[in-house]
Amino acid sequence: MANKHVNAVVIGAGAGGGVVAKELATGGLTVVLFERGRWHTFDEHGDDELTSQRTFPLKCGYGPDNERNWRMAPDGKGGWIKVFPNDWSYGNNAACVGSGTVTYGAMAWRYQPEDFHLKTKYGAVPGSTLDDWPLSYDELESYYEKAEYEIGVSGDPTNDPFVPPRKNPYPMPAFSLNREGIILEKAAKRLGLHPFPIPMLRNSVPYNGRAACIRMRTCVGFACPVGAKAGTQNTVIPVALKTGNCELRINCMVSEILVDDRGKAKGIKYFDADNKLQEQTSDLIVVSASASETARLLLNSKSKLFPNGAGNNNGWVGKNIQDHAYTGAHGLFEDEVYDDVGPGACIAINDFNHRYPDIIGGGVLCNEFIRMPYQFTSVRPMGSRMWGKDHKDFQKHNYKRHIVIMGPVQEMPVFDKMVEVDPSVKDFWGIPVARISGLRHDNDIKVAHFLADKAEAWLKEAGAINTWQAVPGKQSTPSQHQSGTCRMGNDPKTSVTNKYGQLHEIDNIFIADGSLHVNNGGYNPALTILTLGYWVGGHIIEQWKGTKMK
Amino acid sequence: MVLISFNSACKNKISKWRYLNEEEISLLDAIVEQIIPTDDFPGGKWANVSNFIDKQLISYYSKHQLIYREGLAAIEKTVIQIKGKKFEEIPFAEQTAILEKMEKGEFPGDYWKYHSPSDFFDLLRQHSLQGFYGSPVHGGNRAYISYHMLGLDYPKVIGQNRYNDLSWRKYNPKSFENGK
Repeated sequence: MANKHVNAVVIGAGAGGGVVAKELATGGLTVVLFERGRWHTFDEHGDDELTSQRTFPLKCGYGPDNERNWRMAPDGKGGWIKVFPNDWSYGNNAACVGSGTVTYGAMAWRYQPEDFHLKTKYGAVPGSTLDDWPLSYDELESYYEKAEYEIGVSGDPTNDPFVPPRKNPYPMPAFSLNREGIILEKAAKRLGLHPFPIPMLRNSVPYNGRAACIRMRTCVGFACPVGAKAGTQNTVIPVALKTGNCELRINCMVSEILVDDRGKAKGIKYFDADNKLQEQTSDLIVVSASASETARLLLNSKSKLFPNGAGNNNGWVGKNIQDHAYTGAHGLFEDEVYDDVGPGACIAINDFNHRYPDIIGGGVLCNEFIRMPYQFTSVRPMGSRMWGKDHKDFQKHNYKRHIVIMGPVQEMPVFDKMVEVDPSVKDFWGIPVARISGLRHDNDIKVAHFLADKAEAWLKEAGAINTWQAVPGKQSTPSQHQSGTCRMGNDPKTSVTNKYGQLHEIDNIFIADGSLHVNNGGYNPALTILTLGYWVGGHIIEQWKGTKMK
Repeated sequence: MVLISFNSACKNKISKWRYLNEEEISLLDAIVEQIIPTDDFPGGKWANVSNFIDKQLISYYSKHQLIYREGLAAIEKTVIQIKGKKFEEIPFAEQTAILEKMEKGEFPGDYWKYHSPSDFFDLLRQHSLQGFYGSPVHGGNRAYISYHMLGLDYPKVIGQNRYNDLSWRKYNPKSFENGK
C-alpha cells in the first residue's frame, strides 16, 4: 500500500531536523520525520565507557551500527580504505532519535556577531573559500533566544564582557563550578582574563517538565538518566508528535530524493525497518542528516536536470566540510583537583575570540569534561611509556590531579576538504557510501598554537607542576562538529542554499543542519544548529501561509 | 571408531574459553600482566583481562581472531627457540624486554606470515587497557578493581556523591579475594 502523501518530509531527527519537524507540525503541516536510528535510553546503555559515544572501541552505542554502515577514508598512500562508525577516520556523530543531542556535552554557545562576517572583518584568506554568511547575528538573535527557551539553557553571562549581545537572560541560572573550575577561575582572574560559567543545554533547575541535573561523571557520550540534558528527543520531538501532524518513522534509511523532470522534488525513497524499499511523496523536503550524510543524500539523488546530484549543478555540494581543530593543554597538579562533580566542563574564557587582529577567528577555551578511566590511558606527555609499571603509576597517581583546557579552533573552509560519494562501494542497502578527504588550512594550525599557549599559561598560573600542549595537525576527519557542506549564500555560483536554507536550484528542498554553516565559529555548534532549525522552519511556515509552496 | 572418539571426548575438559585455548590464555595472562603489572593493586591477570579479550574475539573483535592466533603462536615458538622455555616461564624483566622489542617491530623469528609484531603489540596493549579500565560488563575489570584504584566510587550512587572521609579508598587485598 502506498504511503499517504504529506506536506513535508524531514530527513534526520537530530538537532536541526527535530526542531524543523516541531515548527512545521505546530504550524499545521503534515510531516513525516525520518530517522535511520531508533530511540535510546540511559537504562539500555548504563555508564559503559567502551560503547559510549565519546570513546567507542567496541561500538558506537548510539549508532550507527558497524553491520550496515561504512565509509571510505584515505589510506595515506593515495588510495582508500573501508572504515566503520567506531573508527576515528569514519567521522561519526550519531544515529538515533535526537542524534548527537542525546549524548553531547550540551554546551550552548551562540556564535559571535563577527563569526557571521569573517571575510569582511579579516579579508580574503588565500587557500580558503571563506565568505560572509548571508544573514547577520542580529537577524538570528531572537531565534537563538527561542532555542534557549524552548530547549532549555542554563547560564549567566554577567562576567563575560565578550558575550554576544542578547535581549533577555538565560531561562535558567548557571551551574556552580566544580573544584577544577574554582581553581581555574581564580587563576584566570589573576591573569586579567574573564572567566564565566559555560552555558549549557542542561537543566540547572527543573524546567519544562524535566528534572534538574544530578551532576553525573558520565554525561558527555552518554544519555541522561533523568532527562536533565536537553536534546530534541526530550523537547521538540515529543511536542511535534503530540500535535498529531507528525509521524516519526524510525529505523528507516532514506536513499534518494526523487526529483521530477521539471526540477521539483516530489518525495523520497527509503528502506523501511524491514529493509524494504518504499516511497514517500511530499510537497517539500527538509534534509537534516548531518554535514556528511546530507551531502551524501543530495549527491546520490541524480535526475535528468541534476545529473551530479540534487542542487549540485555548480559542484558545491559536499565541499568545504569543517569541524573544529581542537587544541589546548594538559596540566598535572600536586593536590587532587577532581571532585567527581560532573559533567566536568564548567568554566570558559572568551578573551581569545576576535580580539587579536593577526589571529583570524580564534576560539573559546574551556576546562574539559571528565575523562573516563580508559580515555585517560592515552593522556600522557609526549614520549611517555604507554604500558607497564610507569603507565599504571601515572594512571593511579594523576587521574585526580589532571586538568585539561581545550578550545575549538574555528577552521578556515577549504574547497577540497570534502564529502564525495564513492564510485563503487555501497553500504548494506546498496546505497553508495560517503568518503571524506582533505587537509586543514595552515591558519588552523597557527591559531591552534596560539590558543594552546594561552591554555598552558592558564594551567601554569593555576599551579600545574607539569604541563604539555596538545596541538592538532592538518589531518582530520570531521565528526561531531561537522559542518559546511551545503553552505548558504547570496551568490548561487558559490553556495548551495539561500539564506533560508532553500536550495538555489530546487526550491522545495531545504537544508536544516550544520551543512548550512559558512564557517563553524570558535564554539561547539549545537545551539547554532538548533537555532537554524527555528530559522529555516519559521521561514517555511511563512512561505507556506503565503501559499507559495502549495 | 565411534567408541574411541567418544572416550577421548570424555577425557577432555570442556574449555571455559570461547576462541582462545588454555595454552594461549596462559601466554596471554603473562602478557596482560606486563601491560598492567601487579603492584599494591592487582594487575591485568587478576582483573580477568584475558577473559575480556577472549570474549571480544567472538563478538566485537572477531576481525582480530587471526592476528591473535598467529601472533600468540609466533611469540610462543620464538621464545622457546631462544630461551628454551615458554614466555610465561621466563623472568618478568626478560618478558618485558621481549615485548619492548615487539613494540618496536624488532621481534625475532620468522613466524609472522600475515601480521606485523608491532601491530599485534599495539592491539594487545589497547585491548588490555580496555579490559582493565573499561566496564566489567565486558568481562574484565574484575570487581571494578581499576575504579577502586583510581578512587572512583563504585557502584555509583546516581547523583552527587560526596565524601569527607576518604579512608574507604585504602585498598585491602583481603576484601577483593572473595570477589567482593
